[in-house]
Amino acid sequence: MATHQPLPSQSAPVVQRGIVRWLRENLFSSWLNSIVTLVVGYYLLTTLVPLIDWAFFSAVFTGAGVEACNPNSACWIFIQERFGFFMYGFYPEALRWRPTLAFVLFALAVVPPFLPLPSRVGRWAGIFGITGLPVAGYILISGGLFGLESVNTSQWGGLMLTLILAYVGIIAALPIGVALALGRRSEMPIIRGICVVFIEFWRAVPLITILFMASVMLPLFLPDGVSFDKLLRALVGITLFQAAYMAEVVRGGLQAIPRGQYEAAEALGLGYWRRMRLIILPQALKIVVPGIANTVISLFKDTTLVLIIGLFDLLGAVKSTLSDPAWNNVMAEGYLFVAFCFWVFCFGMSRYSHRIEKQLDTDHRQ
Amino acid sequence: MSSDQGPLRPGNPKPWNDPRVRSLVFQIIAMAAVAWVGYTLFQNTITNMESRGIKTGFGFLNETAGFGIIMSLIEYNETMTYSRTFLVGLTNTLLVSGLGILFATIVGFIVGIARLSTNWLVAKLALAYIEIFRNVPLLLQIFFWYFAVLGNLPGPRQATEVAGVAFLSNRGIIIPKPVFESGAGWMGMTLVIALIVSTTLVIWARRRQAATGRIFPAFPVSLALILGLPTLVYFLTGQPIGWDIPTFGTFRFTGGITAIPELGALLVALTIYTATFIAEIVRSGITSVSSGQTEAALALGLPPRRVLRLVVVPQALRVIIPPLTSQYLNLTKNSSLAVAIGYPDLVNVFMGTSLNQTGQAVEIVAMTMAVYLTISLSISLLMNIYNRAVALEER
Repeated sequence: MATHQPLPSQSAPVVQRGIVRWLRENLFSSWLNSIVTLVVGYYLLTTLVPLIDWAFFSAVFTGAGVEACNPNSACWIFIQERFGFFMYGFYPEALRWRPTLAFVLFALAVVPPFLPLPSRVGRWAGIFGITGLPVAGYILISGGLFGLESVNTSQWGGLMLTLILAYVGIIAALPIGVALALGRRSEMPIIRGICVVFIEFWRAVPLITILFMASVMLPLFLPDGVSFDKLLRALVGITLFQAAYMAEVVRGGLQAIPRGQYEAAEALGLGYWRRMRLIILPQALKIVVPGIANTVISLFKDTTLVLIIGLFDLLGAVKSTLSDPAWNNVMAEGYLFVAFCFWVFCFGMSRYSHRIEKQLDTDHRQ
Repeated sequence: MSSDQGPLRPGNPKPWNDPRVRSLVFQIIAMAAVAWVGYTLFQNTITNMESRGIKTGFGFLNETAGFGIIMSLIEYNETMTYSRTFLVGLTNTLLVSGLGILFATIVGFIVGIARLSTNWLVAKLALAYIEIFRNVPLLLQIFFWYFAVLGNLPGPRQATEVAGVAFLSNRGIIIPKPVFESGAGWMGMTLVIALIVSTTLVIWARRRQAATGRIFPAFPVSLALILGLPTLVYFLTGQPIGWDIPTFGTFRFTGGITAIPELGALLVALTIYTATFIAEIVRSGITSVSSGQTEAALALGLPPRRVLRLVVVPQALRVIIPPLTSQYLNLTKNSSLAVAIGYPDLVNVFMGTSLNQTGQAVEIVAMTMAVYLTISLSISLLMNIYNRAVALEER
């Protein structure tokens, strides 16, 4: 009786394995796909290779002045020479350690969620970020207290100003937004009406018109003798604008909480504020973390608009330098640098929000 | 509601513990606060304007503006009034928003679908496009296209020619202008007739399909009507449309239609920026339709094209329309960034130049904001009507 001899198992044919299989499945699965791959690949190669060469391989990184540059490749010396101005604007050079220190404090408040630290540290960092940091940052950057030399806001600029606008805007807009959202969901018709009108008005008009209004009309609204400086006026405009968007995001979260939660909280005998603070808002805010992150990112990008009312944020600082006749033809480099800075921050923030979303995710989903 | 329980309650609550009394008090306080703030602002404004000698009222609208505008869709010159500059700004805003919405929708749908492509290269390219352009401020993109790209184009003398009739230079894009001669009116009339006939045809085809199940190829027939009839008339009436082809004179181009570089840069930036958001909306809409729907439709024997048109797209649209509406609104509002590069939109010519000249901040800011409020509210209204038409019908 012949015994059954199993043949040794064969490895899969070459076209079903490794890189060849991947290529077949992802790039050449049909004749149409193959044509698309070849055409797209050709255009990608012919644009990317010269671009990378322009920006890195033949680019000029060292040297002094515009003479060291080559018209056919990127000239990054420009960025190096004006780096201080791009970061701090007209802030006096001898005092730049102060905003730098404020920035370090900011980093201390923001970074902990990324590190494997106990959650207690992260929470304290967060509390410091919304209470101590604005005060400490203001004292450090503005001066005038504790023997620090006072620096006028007209000298603030660059990336520093961008960060200040975005940070203060968010810290102030979030509580106003939450209050507006609660007002819009309130059972009191007049309160609800006021909130609806406020939110819809700010959301319907472009930020530029608000900044114009803040710079042209705010002085008219104030009683004689009271005057705001330009930066503060811009901040008021940005904050109110952002608060309206924030309110709609939070409202979405409030609506997503099942009725049972509201009713259970009422059944426990909690009053309105404790109901909201202990039961509803923590859940609602957790749901809308991605929405809040989107609002924060769009606010960060929108801060560039202040250059239209004459403040020198990062984009404004770079743009003003580009009109310097000593540097001709570094336009693309300048704008790419700004784009890169904003991209790093915005992309970082969206990653950061994913991180927080995961940390707050206490659902016991299967 | 707890106060309605009457007999169950042990005695009446103290007035400060009664929710009804409390809510009434809160509302009265809120109203008083709003009224007080409004009154104070009004008083301050009146006092400030008097002390600065600013006139009030809308009389300024009939005064001569006295400044030129580089582009206007309606007739305009320096001797016209501020109300005319308002109209010029408004039409320019509507033009750039309308074109922007059109292009951003096309690009957004293409990229959103490309993002779902089975071709790895195409999908990753779409992803890279979205991640790069979404995370860079719009204003920066406008500057980039205006100063770094369009500003570097050659001057009119060395303009790039496209097929000998269109020219691209740092003064903008110049294309031939159609000249309508007598007889062109007949073409317009046939076009209107073709449109009416095809609309009736589509309605009739839909009714007949609902009643009998028989399908009439309404779309190709109406397309043939709309394109074919005017073309036929064009030849019958002896080709009444001529072209005014631009020519380079001593210093500048004459003839043709000029699209100024400001419009181009603004349009390109708005399109590229908004399309990234639209692409993500389209992708999430398409992935929200469960594959079971496609499989069920295919199992019924529907051909793939009809599966897409009758089953997948209608369900995806429900998810797509509401966020798409806010993107259209955002684009319209973002068109106000025109002021940064000098495209003469409403904010630029009215809130900018006119305000500087007249100093009537309150009236001008109010008018500008009213325009944006009207645009916003009408877009949401139209989209809500459409949204209701495509919404899921449940028991």
